[in-house]
Amino acid sequence: MTWSEMQPLLSQECWNTLYMVGWSTLIAIVGGLPLGLLLVLTDREGLLQNVVANKVIGQVVNVVRSMPFIILMVALMSFTRWITGTTLGREAAIVPLAIGAIPFFARLVETAVREVDGGLVEAVQSMGGNTWTIVRKVLVPESLPSLISSATTTVVALIGYSAMAGTVGAGGLGDLAIRYGYLRFESEMMWIIVAILAVVISAIQFAGDYAARSLHSRGGRSGPAPRLRLLKPAAAPGETG
Amino acid sequence: MPAHSTVTETPVITTSGLTKVYRSRGREVTALDGVDLHVREGEVYGVIGQSGAGKSSLIRCVNLLERPTAGTVTVAGQDLTALAGRGPRASKELRRARSRIGMVFQHFNLLSSRTVQDNVELPLEILGKSGKERSRKALELLDLVGLADKAGAYPAQLSGGQKQRVGIARALAGDPKVLLSDEATSALDPETTRSILQLLRDLNRQLGLTVLLITHEMDVVKSVCDSAALMENGRIVESGTVTDLLATPGSELATALFPVTGEAAGADRTVVDVTFHGESATQPVISQLARTYNVDVSILGAAIDTVGGLQVGRMRIELPGRFEDNVVPIGFLREQGLQIDVVDNRAQAPALLKEDAK
Repeated sequence: MTWSEMQPLLSQECWNTLYMVGWSTLIAIVGGLPLGLLLVLTDREGLLQNVVANKVIGQVVNVVRSMPFIILMVALMSFTRWITGTTLGREAAIVPLAIGAIPFFARLVETAVREVDGGLVEAVQSMGGNTWTIVRKVLVPESLPSLISSATTTVVALIGYSAMAGTVGAGGLGDLAIRYGYLRFESEMMWIIVAILAVVISAIQFAGDYAARSLHSRGGRSGPAPRLRLLKPAAAPGETG
Repeated sequence: MPAHSTVTETPVITTSGLTKVYRSRGREVTALDGVDLHVREGEVYGVIGQSGAGKSSLIRCVNLLERPTAGTVTVAGQDLTALAGRGPRASKELRRARSRIGMVFQHFNLLSSRTVQDNVELPLEILGKSGKERSRKALELLDLVGLADKAGAYPAQLSGGQKQRVGIARALAGDPKVLLSDEATSALDPETTRSILQLLRDLNRQLGLTVLLITHEMDVVKSVCDSAALMENGRIVESGTVTDLLATPGSELATALFPVTGEAAGADRTVVDVTFHGESATQPVISQLARTYNVDVSILGAAIDTVGGLQVGRMRIELPGRFEDNVVPIGFLREQGLQIDVVDNRAQAPALLKEDAK
């Protein structure tokens, strides 16, 4: 297979992958952020303490997360058909991708939000702020660097899932790699796709890390990135900025 | 007495029968056990006690960050416990009342994602003020606490003392009548502590702000408080104005505020603790005593300080001869309006004092 034959296929499927991953990330964030916040807020000693709700949400999240993605995809087929009218193609793949990623992102959000100092919550309560104010002005902005890292991890995981979605007719780079690289022994195609994925994932990881770090340096010494940097003796606390 | 000019007899914070019981895993811990606190308008009131005495629970009950198990809290004439409602969440009325009570914290609790100015604006955002009004007020308050040039900095770029100044500016944003200070200086070095306490004192004078502070440091009470209360095991065991406490025989708080030590040189000596407060502090009584009765007075120790603008203190002196021989000189000292405690040689120092000496 020549490059001129591969090139249109690659650019088409690359676009399909980004389309699937982009939309499912968006849905995962829109769905997972409130879910993760609810996991924290409804927990014991939480601002909206509700043990029953917490158990239910936690259990649903666990069930979805415990399912291998390929099984989840098959299990959701009738739901997918109900939403999109089909189980084939990139639009149809977005449904299981998003549903798989929501609980994944929600758990990451939960961990990030739990890291926020309870004293800040208390401070806003003492000013007369309500729970919504605390969520908007404290929990989300204060955990934003971690939330961005979490979103980055979710995007990377979704790119992996999207390759699996390819096997059931969603298209995308993963599908291309399987069809040409595996079924037709076009190993150049497969290696080119591996290289493209590596570049895309590196770029996403770099962008996410950069965004998280620039928010951190503004906020200063709290959070994981600066703490790791303390291991290097040359890093003085004042150098960030 | 100019030092007390801001204090009136109007009670601003009153708690009665305040009780807080924590339940966890079937165990009950009583943090507050029927606390009656009366803070007058315009005073700086210090609650002192060791960790675990219930100070933190007490100050958190005043703005109902902690719901008391029983008892009432009244701040500026408003019964907050009645506003609270039944559920665990704060009612709108309670939140409104809280916005009129400032609070500063030991660990400052500034939002790291916001600049200094935005931190000070936060309570104003909650109050729904316009952007222009918020920034005007925030800059005015930052100027008041001496940080006008740091408005654009992030908290991580500030020192501990500066962070606490931001915390104080933020607490004042809602024009509160009352400021609660939860160990505000405990994370600061001694010099910074002094400057923060001075700031609180200035704000108390300038704005007529009533300050309720909790601390485990005697020096804090000594340098800024008009009144003080000693907490032990969830109860207030002593309370009153610092001068009244000093005048109370056997007051543990007074002894701890003005620790005097020293033992008799021999069995045939009498050791006497003399407490000065108010007018008597200005009289040269000790030299009068020596001249009038021709006794050799030895000063074993003394702690004299300015408390709330008044010279007060204690001195431990030694007189030759047994107590029976010194009835007349001691009577003379009592006549001068001084409070006299004859120290038993075997007497133990009070518990609080021993704790301080560690």
